[in-house]
Amino acid sequence: MSERVFERANRHHGASLELRGLAVHYGRRVALQPIDELVASGEWLGLIGPNGAGKSSLLRAVVGLVATGGQVLVDGTPISRITRRRRASLVAYVPQEPLLPDDMSGFDYVLLGRSPYVGHFATESRHDKEQVGAVLDRLELTEFARRRLGTLSGGERQRLVIARALAQEAPILLLDEPTSALDIGHQQQALELVARLRVEQGLTVVAAMHDLTLAGLYADRLTLLFEGHRVAAGPAADVLRADVLAEFYGARVSVHHEPDGTVVVIPRRG
Amino acid sequence: MAATSPTVASGAAVPVVPATTVRPWRGGWWYVGAAAVTLVVLIVGAMMGPAGPPPWRIPLELLDRLPLIGVDSGVTDREWNIVWQVRMPRVVLGALVGAMLSIAGASYQGVFRNPLVDPYLLGAAAGAGLGATLVFTVLRSATAGWPVDPAPAMAFVCALATVLVTYVVGASFGGSRTGATLVLAGVAVTSLVTAIQTFILQRNVDVVREVYSWILGRLSNSTWDDVKLVTPYVVVSSVVLLLHRRHLDLLRVGDDEAATLGAPVARVRLVVVAAATLGTAAAVSVSGLIGFVGIVVPHLVRLLAGASYRRLLPLTMFVGASFLVLADVPGRVLTDPAETPLGVVTAFLGAPFFIVVLRARATRIGQ
Repeated sequence: MSERVFERANRHHGASLELRGLAVHYGRRVALQPIDELVASGEWLGLIGPNGAGKSSLLRAVVGLVATGGQVLVDGTPISRITRRRRASLVAYVPQEPLLPDDMSGFDYVLLGRSPYVGHFATESRHDKEQVGAVLDRLELTEFARRRLGTLSGGERQRLVIARALAQEAPILLLDEPTSALDIGHQQQALELVARLRVEQGLTVVAAMHDLTLAGLYADRLTLLFEGHRVAAGPAADVLRADVLAEFYGARVSVHHEPDGTVVVIPRRG
Repeated sequence: MAATSPTVASGAAVPVVPATTVRPWRGGWWYVGAAAVTLVVLIVGAMMGPAGPPPWRIPLELLDRLPLIGVDSGVTDREWNIVWQVRMPRVVLGALVGAMLSIAGASYQGVFRNPLVDPYLLGAAAGAGLGATLVFTVLRSATAGWPVDPAPAMAFVCALATVLVTYVVGASFGGSRTGATLVLAGVAVTSLVTAIQTFILQRNVDVVREVYSWILGRLSNSTWDDVKLVTPYVVVSSVVLLLHRRHLDLLRVGDDEAATLGAPVARVRLVVVAAATLGTAAAVSVSGLIGFVGIVVPHLVRLLAGASYRRLLPLTMFVGASFLVLADVPGRVLTDPAETPLGVVTAFLGAPFFIVVLRARATRIGQ
């Protein structure tokens, strides 16, 4: 049964995300200088940069949580011309610190992801509940469907947040430090999951990440932000250079290139 | 295959529910049970009280009055008059007020994501108190010729006006944090209004008793007119709140996330606050300040049936109605000349009960 349901889920096609002069300021403090970026359908863009560089602001601006200058376009359509609900069916957002009500069940939590498809005064349809069942099944989270969120571990909660975003069936997925609270095993699990779903469903992914090695490993290309400016961009091998990281992170690292192309960033002591 | 069918949410397959899981939601049975309990409580409420026929005859008489049923209950017309004109309005009004305060409390708690919030948070009770005080003091002569009872009318108007002031103050400074600033604005405006009321009372000490007996919760001397007065507000307010119960669940993940899921957060908050305030103001204007119902009942229902607003809101109305009718029983049976105000009874019963509820919740969540 879940196979059939997932075929429907698989139908959604990718979408491109374009930023035209997107800028964010809080009062007089500029968090993000105008930036242009085109993320192709099915592409994974990694956002890196030290704390306060503007990564979160960029993601929040895309989903309309902060007032912005410039434009966001999904498949060429300005997002400002799209209703809020339709927007939610195009762009899913996983915040850095999601708020999980302790006494909500896993199923009910993931069901919230179906909101864009439910009429204002309506309730979720059978189809919505089937979708949630299928997503939980797919992510091997079925055992948590009836558990209270407050009783789950950090890794389990993080996977449920991703499940909620996937239940949204949006072709564009924004992740704000999705794995910073997880241990290395769970980090890998979560990122592998997104990577797999991206390939299977043609998702366009924009992920802000702290771990530079992981960022380089999963993203097609990286954008390095520093004090609201884009200071470097391109494939991991071009951006993750010892001199660049020293300049913008103030970090002392050496960069190692594996034969398979993986770029490994290694912290060094004086 | 693993049990992935969507019915896991309502699954009845697991017989024993460990404390860490959400209780299985057995569909409509909760509502049926709650409605049945409420009906029983209403009948029991009609059976209690001084004078009138022997209590056991009353259910028979009620049966007799249903169409197609004839039972000889032996209740005289004079006795029935006592039941119908004295007891029933009080019972029905208690049920309406209890249901209204409970659903309003639950809605406020949802919209502000704060479990300690009660329906009087934004100043409805303080405003109603000021309105009543004005009627008994400076406006006594001005309102003497009104066609309607001036105290409830002024209480209603002042309650709404106070909440409006709170909302304007809170929303104008709030920006994206409207929820938190509204709560703070409510505290400030409530203090100010209460101070004005105290000042007026200080200058009119002779009416203090009269004012307080009006302000402190009471259902005595209720008539069918009170019921007619409050019913439209309770119906409109409850329907609007019930229509927003899915949105209240969405708000539980915070304004930002709810917005990215497509919810019109500001509009939902405004509509829910407006509806809950309208109903609360109507309730306060006929019954005075009845504390604790709006906090205790929603938390009790959460404990029994889970925290999801889509079942919390309907259930809380039934439980609230039953709770207030039962809380009113001591005041009606003990015909003490200095009748204990209902608001005092609910707080007296409610506060210890609340502590037990909190303890139970803490044990379950803390695991």
